[in-house]
Amino acid sequence: MRGFLPVLAVLAAILALWVAAVAPMNARQALDVAEREGAAVTPAESRTRFETPVLTLMLRNSGEIWRGYGLERPRLPTPWQVGQELWATTGEMALEGRAFSKRSLIYHAWITLQSTFWGFALGTVVGIAGAIGIVYSRTMELSVMPWAIISQTIPIVALAPMIIVLSSQLGIEERGVPKAVISAYLCFFPVLVGMVKGLRSPTAEQLDLLRTYSASGMASFLKLRLPASLPYLFTSLKIGIAAALVGTIVGELPTGAISGLGARILIGDQFGTPLAIWSALAAAAILAGVLVTLLGWAQAVTLRRMGGGR
Amino acid sequence: MTDEPAIEARDLSLTFETGDGPVHALKDVTLSIGKGDFVSFIGPSGCGKTTFLRCVAALEEPTGGTLTVNGMSPDEARRARAYGYVFQAAGLYPWRTIAGNVRLPLEIMGFSRAEMEERIERVLDLVDLQGFGRKYPWQLSGGMQQRASIARALAFDADILLMDEPFGALDEIVRDRLNEELLSLWSRTGKTIGFVTHSIPEAVYLSTRIVVMSPRPGRITDVIESPLPRERPLDIRDSREFIEVAHRVREGLRAGHGDVL
Repeated sequence: MRGFLPVLAVLAAILALWVAAVAPMNARQALDVAEREGAAVTPAESRTRFETPVLTLMLRNSGEIWRGYGLERPRLPTPWQVGQELWATTGEMALEGRAFSKRSLIYHAWITLQSTFWGFALGTVVGIAGAIGIVYSRTMELSVMPWAIISQTIPIVALAPMIIVLSSQLGIEERGVPKAVISAYLCFFPVLVGMVKGLRSPTAEQLDLLRTYSASGMASFLKLRLPASLPYLFTSLKIGIAAALVGTIVGELPTGAISGLGARILIGDQFGTPLAIWSALAAAAILAGVLVTLLGWAQAVTLRRMGGGR
Repeated sequence: MTDEPAIEARDLSLTFETGDGPVHALKDVTLSIGKGDFVSFIGPSGCGKTTFLRCVAALEEPTGGTLTVNGMSPDEARRARAYGYVFQAAGLYPWRTIAGNVRLPLEIMGFSRAEMEERIERVLDLVDLQGFGRKYPWQLSGGMQQRASIARALAFDADILLMDEPFGALDEIVRDRLNEELLSLWSRTGKTIGFVTHSIPEAVYLSTRIVVMSPRPGRITDVIESPLPRERPLDIRDSREFIEVAHRVREGLRAGHGDVL
C-alpha cells in the first residue's frame, strides 16, 4: 500500500499539468465558439486572432477561457472528457452486452493484446536464444551483438511498412503476423541485453566451483547460469512487454487495419475526432500498466520462491 | 604414514604469458603431502600459494614439472572426486537453501535421492549446522555460511580438502572458533587438507606442516614440520613451541622478501 502514495502524487501532478494545458491549447477554438454565441471577443475577427499570440488572447479574454474545457472537438480534451469517452466505449458498452462490438475499445484492445502476446512470446524466445548464443559463443558475440544494436537504431515506423509488404508478398493473409513480427522486433532487444548480463552474472569462483565437480556444460547452465539470470530476465521482460505493445500499435498504423488500438488512433486522426485518439491512447496506457503489473507479480512470486527476502 | 603421498609435485612450474612479459607464478616447486596431513601454504600475495592449490584442483594447467593427486593426474583425480574445494567467498547460491546448496554437488554427481538426504544430514551435523538446512544463505552469519560451504565440499566424501583462505573474510573471534572446529573435523574424518592462508597464527595452529612461499618467481622457501601434538586446545598458542614455530615462519617470510625490500 505504501507504494501507491508516490504513484498517486505523480499522477495528480500529471493531471494538474494536463488541465492547465487545456486552456492555452483550446484558446482559439474557445474564442471562436464565444464569438458564434455572441459574446464580446477581442480582437473580434477570427483571422486577426489567428495572428495574435495565445497568451495575449487569454489575457484579453479571460472571461471566455472556460469554454475551452467543454468543447465538442477540442484540440486537447480534458481528463474528464477522455474519461467519459473511455467509459462510454468500454464499461458502458460492456454493461449493454456489447463489449465486443466493433465500436468498443475492449474489442480493439483485445485485438492489440493478442498481437502483443505473440510478439512478446516471439521476442522473448529470440532474445533468450540470442543471449545463450552470445554467452556461449565468441563468434556469435562478435557477429550478432553489433547487429542487435544496429537493429534498434532503425526507426520502427520506417521498417513496419516493409515488414507488412514483405509478409503479404510471402502470401501471409493473417494481419496479426506482421504485427507480431514488428512487436517482437522491438521486444527482443531488452530481453537479449538483460539475459546476456544475467547469464554472465555468476562469478569466476562460482564457475570454478562447478568445474571442481566436473559439471557438464548443461549442468552449469541449468543449475547456475539460468537461475542466476532470472532477476535480470524479469526486469527485461517488463521492458519487453511494454515495447511489444508499442510495436503492435505502431504495426497497426500503416497496415490499413481497421481494428486494434493503433487503428483507432489512426482513424481518429483521419476523421478529426481527438477524443477517440485520446481514449485509445489512455486505453493503451492502462493496458501497458496492467501487463507490467502482472509481470511484477510473477516476478515477486518467483523470486520469493527462490529464497528472496533481500 | 602411508607409502603413497596424497599430493606430489616435482619441479612444478606455471608461467603466465602477459602483455608485460612472462609472469612466473610457480617455479620449480617440489613438495610431497602425505595422506592425512594438514598442510598450510603461507606467503605474501603473488607467491603462488593459491595457484598451487588451483593446479592440484586442475583449475590451472602447469607449464612444467609433474603433479600427481592420489597417484593420478589432477584431471583424473577431479573426475575420481578426489578433492573438495572451499573458496574464500562461501559462494552459496542465494536461491537454494543450505541443504539445497549442500545437495548441489550430489545432484551433479548423480547420487540417489535417499543417499543425498542422508549425506546432507551427516555433513551438516559435521559442521555443526544441524537444523539450518531449510534456511537461506542470507539468513545465516558469515561464519555459518562458510561452514555450509565446507559441508558442501565434504558431501561427496573426497579424501582431500583444498581450502583457499576460507576464513580470510571473517573476524578474529569467529575465525578462532572455526579453526578449532576445523581441527576437530580433521581429526574425526582423517582427511588430507591443503590450506592457504595469510595468517601466521592460523597456519601454525592448524598445520602438521607449514609451507612458506615467496613471490617473483613463486617458490617454496621453507617447509616446517610442526612439533605440536595433534590434539590442540586454543591456548596452545601461548606455548613456547608454538611461538618458536611462528617465529620461524616469520623469519622464512622475511627471507623470501629480502630481495624486494
